[in-house]
Amino acid sequence: MSLQLFTQYLFSGITYGILYAIVAIGFNIIYNTTGIINFAQGEFVMLGGMCAISLHEYMPLPAAILLAVIITGIIGGLIEIIFIRWLDSPSVLRMIIITIGLSILIREAALFVWGESVRSLPYFNGDAVTSVQIFGANISPQVLWVIGVCSVIVVGLSLFFQFTYAGREMRACAANRTAATLCGINTRSKITWSFMLSAGIGAVAGCVMSPITYTQYDIGPGLAIKGFTVVILGGLGNSMAAVAAGLLLGIVESFSIIVVPMAYQEVISIAILLIVLFVRPHGLFGSSETACLQDF
Amino acid sequence: MGISKRNIPVLLLIALVVIVQLITAGTDTSFYLTQLTMTAYYSLVIIGLCLLMGYAGQLSLGHAGFFAIGGYVSAALTTHNLIGLRHNQLIELLNKTGLLSMGQDIYGEKILTVIPWAACLAAILVTIIIAFAIGKPVLKLKGHYLAMATLGFGIIIFRFAMATEYFGEADGISGVPPFHLLPGLTVSGDFGARISNYYIAWGLVLLGMILSLNLVNSRVGRALRAIHGSEEAAAAMGINASRFKLYTFVISAVFAALAGVMLTHYNGGIGPSEASVMKSVRYVAIIAIGGMSSLWGALCMGVILNFMSLRGMFGSYDGAVFGAILVAMMLFAPDGILRLPLLKKLWRKNGPARN
Amino acid sequence: MALLEIKNLSRSFGGLQAVSDISFSLVEGMIKAVIGPNGAGKTTLFNLICGNIPLSAGTIRFQGQHIERLKSHQIAALGMSRTFQNIKIFPGMTALENVMVGCHTRSRAGFIAAMLRLPQTFREEREIRRRSLELLELVEIPQTADCEAASLSFGQQRAVELARALAAGPSLLLLDEPAAGLNIYETAELARLITKIKELGVTILLVEHDMSLVMDISDEIVVLDFGRKLAEDIPARIQQNRAVIQVYLGDDEDA
Ligand SMILES: Nc1ncnc2c1ncn2[C@@H]1O[C@H](COP(=O)(O)OP(=O)(O)O)[C@@H](O)[C@H]1O
Ligand SMILES: [Mg+2]
Repeated sequence: MSLQLFTQYLFSGITYGILYAIVAIGFNIIYNTTGIINFAQGEFVMLGGMCAISLHEYMPLPAAILLAVIITGIIGGLIEIIFIRWLDSPSVLRMIIITIGLSILIREAALFVWGESVRSLPYFNGDAVTSVQIFGANISPQVLWVIGVCSVIVVGLSLFFQFTYAGREMRACAANRTAATLCGINTRSKITWSFMLSAGIGAVAGCVMSPITYTQYDIGPGLAIKGFTVVILGGLGNSMAAVAAGLLLGIVESFSIIVVPMAYQEVISIAILLIVLFVRPHGLFGSSETACLQDF
Repeated sequence: MGISKRNIPVLLLIALVVIVQLITAGTDTSFYLTQLTMTAYYSLVIIGLCLLMGYAGQLSLGHAGFFAIGGYVSAALTTHNLIGLRHNQLIELLNKTGLLSMGQDIYGEKILTVIPWAACLAAILVTIIIAFAIGKPVLKLKGHYLAMATLGFGIIIFRFAMATEYFGEADGISGVPPFHLLPGLTVSGDFGARISNYYIAWGLVLLGMILSLNLVNSRVGRALRAIHGSEEAAAAMGINASRFKLYTFVISAVFAALAGVMLTHYNGGIGPSEASVMKSVRYVAIIAIGGMSSLWGALCMGVILNFMSLRGMFGSYDGAVFGAILVAMMLFAPDGILRLPLLKKLWRKNGPARN
Repeated sequence: MALLEIKNLSRSFGGLQAVSDISFSLVEGMIKAVIGPNGAGKTTLFNLICGNIPLSAGTIRFQGQHIERLKSHQIAALGMSRTFQNIKIFPGMTALENVMVGCHTRSRAGFIAAMLRLPQTFREEREIRRRSLELLELVEIPQTADCEAASLSFGQQRAVELARALAAGPSLLLLDEPAAGLNIYETAELARLITKIKELGVTILLVEHDMSLVMDISDEIVVLDFGRKLAEDIPARIQQNRAVIQVYLGDDEDA
């Protein structure tokens, strides 16, 4: 393989990988504060993209994206307030079914509002044919946008959880909700915030990816299963490992085109998910001991 | 066995099936029978899944996959022309044993295909093998992990159906021949065979129901409920939890696959939408609404919702209706519609009903 | 010959030695009690014996057979039953059905036979039911047969659990704090019941905090403290044992 082709595949893998990582981080944020795997996570990405596309008709791109992210974040928060907040220690099965139901409802609503058409935001710089040369490969500047924005999100989040008061409170919720409540932390509002944050970063990813991957009402489930694969690869709840796992999955998927037809690409990543679940359910980076302590 | 109290619901179901048929005949509305037949086959999937979810307590978000395996294997074997391979030794052997049939297609070309009986058995066999292979590792998982693993299995089957030429890619397989079950009984969408097909389908539902009711009221059924309650305590009673879960998984997969085979012959074809995640979610939804560990509840809800959906009563909101039902039920009546606080009072008054 | 023989049994959780280097044996037909303060490792010992958790080191022989590598359900099938410290009744089943689950190892019907309700399955089912009702009578709660087990009183649930454990026809019965939560009358009943079970030929290993119960019914006592075996003797001599008294009463005894 030529260096040029290699670079092409590599960047494509990184782009998708980082998208999966963002979806995975969205899963983890909610999982860490609530113990819930939100099956509607992919729908947040779709909503972000769709909202921004619609809003862009009335306002410049940055404003449209900002507003789309805020709207999606609010929807995320509302979902928590309306559907989740008042449930009294629901079973895992119940939460799985509720979030699946919500993902269906969001998807159907999007179908109703935006129809089946495939849409996309314009390229942030130039257009579909603009490219920068890296090792002889033509890389779209949008790819650099995706990598840049997502890196900022990852770094920003880790700073937020490390150094801000709100971030530390959310980590406290994650570690032990009862203890956090006893320390006077308003765990309920932290959970709402975690839904908003998770929806918001999903929406950001949905916007920056839109010019490359396009946006359609039903992209959510596919993203969710990839995101979950990454979550499992990295170990449930571990967001930093999710970035590494996301890149790994993206790159494997991208290079798998060499040996497997495109139509089976999704099969590859799900096969990876199943294999990891069967042999290392605590993830590639986690230890089995901590995984055993988590009660499923 | 005599008419014991337990047999009354079964007898009622038989009566209901006959009465509905007579009504449609009397009122000249026998077009309803088509959807009722399809409903019956979907209900068969639901009965099997109810054993797995409600009794063994294991979630499966991939059961449409087993339905599709049954349907696709049967469809592919009975439609793919083997005439080019007829000098192959294996094909020759199969032909001699009567497992293949020679016919003509609409253009008068000779076609050599597997007979439906053999295809059906092959489909069930394939399902059993896959269910064992998948079930063994998957059922070690719990909670979210189990949900995602079964979901992943379902998506893989869906993608395979979509991407493989042998299975017709996005178009699926059509032109599936009728399935001559017994002399005089044929599974097909033939207009004249409508009534007999209605009875074949509901006969199978009845059979599935009786077998399942027997199962849950037996040593095995108690073991399954014990596993659901506490695997630790069940093991202390000598119950091999992983084996019981696996066998239940396989049985429920076979129910789904059989339904897939029959419906494919009835419709004359199958498409990838039968394998979609949305279908699997639907089956789970219906069981949740029926009250998880209630075969009768699942059957009732399965019949009502599938029939309404097949009649197009939800229009283009079909998916949304199922989503809304899922959310609403899990929010307000997580123990099923029959356990709603209001209905519960009635229920209590009329004595406890089990299964 | 000893029915149960434990040698150098150890188990640690991370850095905590919950059971360390314990050996003792249990002769057929006797009642042996395991006592010790909370956290001494008694429940862990039970979990190790019945294969609920894997052991770190040591051997366990039951009826002469090594069982330390067997799974919990396999050990149960060999004839070892147990009850749990915090009751594990099967919810959603009646008391009778709970006991019928206990007959699992004594019956055979598999999936196919059960689905077809073959004549022999039918007969077996009737036999299971009869036996389970008898056991409910033995533990003196026949009236609860058709009640939802989870709705029964605490004492009745304990009785159901006991009947369930007996239903398998065990040669060894492990009872983890059977008197916990019972009042004195119920405890006296329990003592009578355990003696009755012993007379039926069942060997019993018992964890219990109620000292009068332990002293009354047991033939031998093992004392655990911090996972170690402190003493093993007949009740009369355990009562005199200085080390044991120290553990139970602390140093106040001298004061
Ligand atoms: N699964 C476990 N994980 C970690 N520690 C455990 C576990 N089970 C028991 N322990 C610890 O082992 C010690 C012994 O516990 P246990 O056997 O329950 O005591 P007892 O039954 O004598 O009161 C305790 O310190 C307990 O915290
Ligand atoms: Mg204990």
